[in-house]
Amino acid sequence: MAAVGLLGPGTGTGSGASPVHRLAAHPKLVAVLAFALVVVATPVHAAWAPAAYAGYLLLVLTAAAVARVRPARLARGLLVELPFVAFALLLPFVSRGPRVEVLGLALSADGLAVGGGILAKATLSVLAATVLAATTEPRALLRGLERLRLPPLLVQILSFMIRYADVVAGELRRMRVARESRGFRGRHLGALRVLGPAVGALFVRSFERGERVHLAMLSRGYAGRLPGGSSEAVPARQWWTALALPLGAAAALLTGALLG
Amino acid sequence: MSAPPSSPSDRPVPSLLVEDLAFAYPDGHQALFGVDLRIERGERVALLGPNGAGKTTLVLHLNGILQAGRGRVEVAGLPVAKPALREIRRRVGIVFQDPDDQLFMPTVGEDVAFGPRNLGLPEAEVAARVAEALDRVGMAGVADRPPHHLSFGQRRRVAVATVLSMHPEILVLDEPSSNLDPAGRRELAEVLDALPVTLLMVTHDLPYALQLCPRSVVLDRGTVVADGPTRALLADADLLTAHRLELPYGFDPTRT
Repeated sequence: MAAVGLLGPGTGTGSGASPVHRLAAHPKLVAVLAFALVVVATPVHAAWAPAAYAGYLLLVLTAAAVARVRPARLARGLLVELPFVAFALLLPFVSRGPRVEVLGLALSADGLAVGGGILAKATLSVLAATVLAATTEPRALLRGLERLRLPPLLVQILSFMIRYADVVAGELRRMRVARESRGFRGRHLGALRVLGPAVGALFVRSFERGERVHLAMLSRGYAGRLPGGSSEAVPARQWWTALALPLGAAAALLTGALLG
Repeated sequence: MSAPPSSPSDRPVPSLLVEDLAFAYPDGHQALFGVDLRIERGERVALLGPNGAGKTTLVLHLNGILQAGRGRVEVAGLPVAKPALREIRRRVGIVFQDPDDQLFMPTVGEDVAFGPRNLGLPEAEVAARVAEALDRVGMAGVADRPPHHLSFGQRRRVAVATVLSMHPEILVLDEPSSNLDPAGRRELAEVLDALPVTLLMVTHDLPYALQLCPRSVVLDRGTVVADGPTRALLADADLLTAHRLELPYGFDPTRT
């Protein structure tokens, strides 16, 4: 059950707690994607870029507040950004060009701007995605992707990932318990010789399960697509509510570009 | 043993008819050597046999997942073959051993609706069938729950509902009592006992076969080696020993 927290609806989705929760999934998906595009389109080297980032941050935090997403949840969402952070921190050291003195270190001015830009853009996009994830059930997200005409096969794969994350995590846990019950400790490099095959075994098991699931699907008349229920049309107002976020961001971008 | 043979024409069409079925896997391993099996409508039959006897191979022929090398399979008069596969898979409801293989949709309700929707039924009819099937297995009210939130026994019963919703001609269960605790086992037995369908139950669990199926068929090394009343078969110690079947310690089939 542990893995449910990663993907499951348990992550802060109350019972339709806020207006954002009540929006249909596909307008929200489009909104987050559009917001990320606006954020990415902001030129890093423009003098007004920091002001634009601040504007975006205000917008996305407002959305989070309306959606009643707790700060702790936002912070957890930001964890996925860590690899980018590492890369962004490296840039000022490895970039060429004129140097500036920061805390006694000679850093590349260019690298600082680019690194800062990456950090800001990644953070803003991840924040928006976290608001989406915290206010939308995984199933609803899948439905949304389907309605946005994502290839059905991709949607099915995602759907199985959600369904079986728990099952595979359970198998992983049982294998770990079985290892440790016989005195195994995975704290040194030699442990890789044990862990590698374990990962392989898990892969084979999952592959075999995939075959059995496919068999069960065929037995119930599966012919290439997962039948969904009927889906009602989304009123235009919902679209506008959802799109307020990227439209606001676009307004900030345009203002910067025209005045800056 | 079985009913006395008579000419085929004066008997009603059976739910399941398997005649001289032989099959070899592509790697050359021969799993079935001419299996004959006839199950009348409404009958409850246990398919017994040791591991590797060919039970699962036989089951996969019943809905055309595997195609017969020789011989034929008919479900309520319809031959199992390519053109009729969709109808065959509606008529033969297979409940696989691991409910996690069977329940692949995000919620219980969507899973039970999977089969009926594949049949192209209208949504109102689908909803009615989902409610009916879940009610029959005593799981009404869990339609919106994800399968992994249910206990193992509950998942097994929901797995039965996923094929009941297709209104099958014959229900085929692969090891229905495996991994169930005694209460889950009893609950499933009550559910199965109350179902008005033809039943073929593959199992190692001999007391379960005796409890639910008046007739048993023993399969070993790819052929039917015995077919008769369950109680009589289980009382035949030599037969059981010859085919690696064993009753639980202290169980006496003549006194249950």
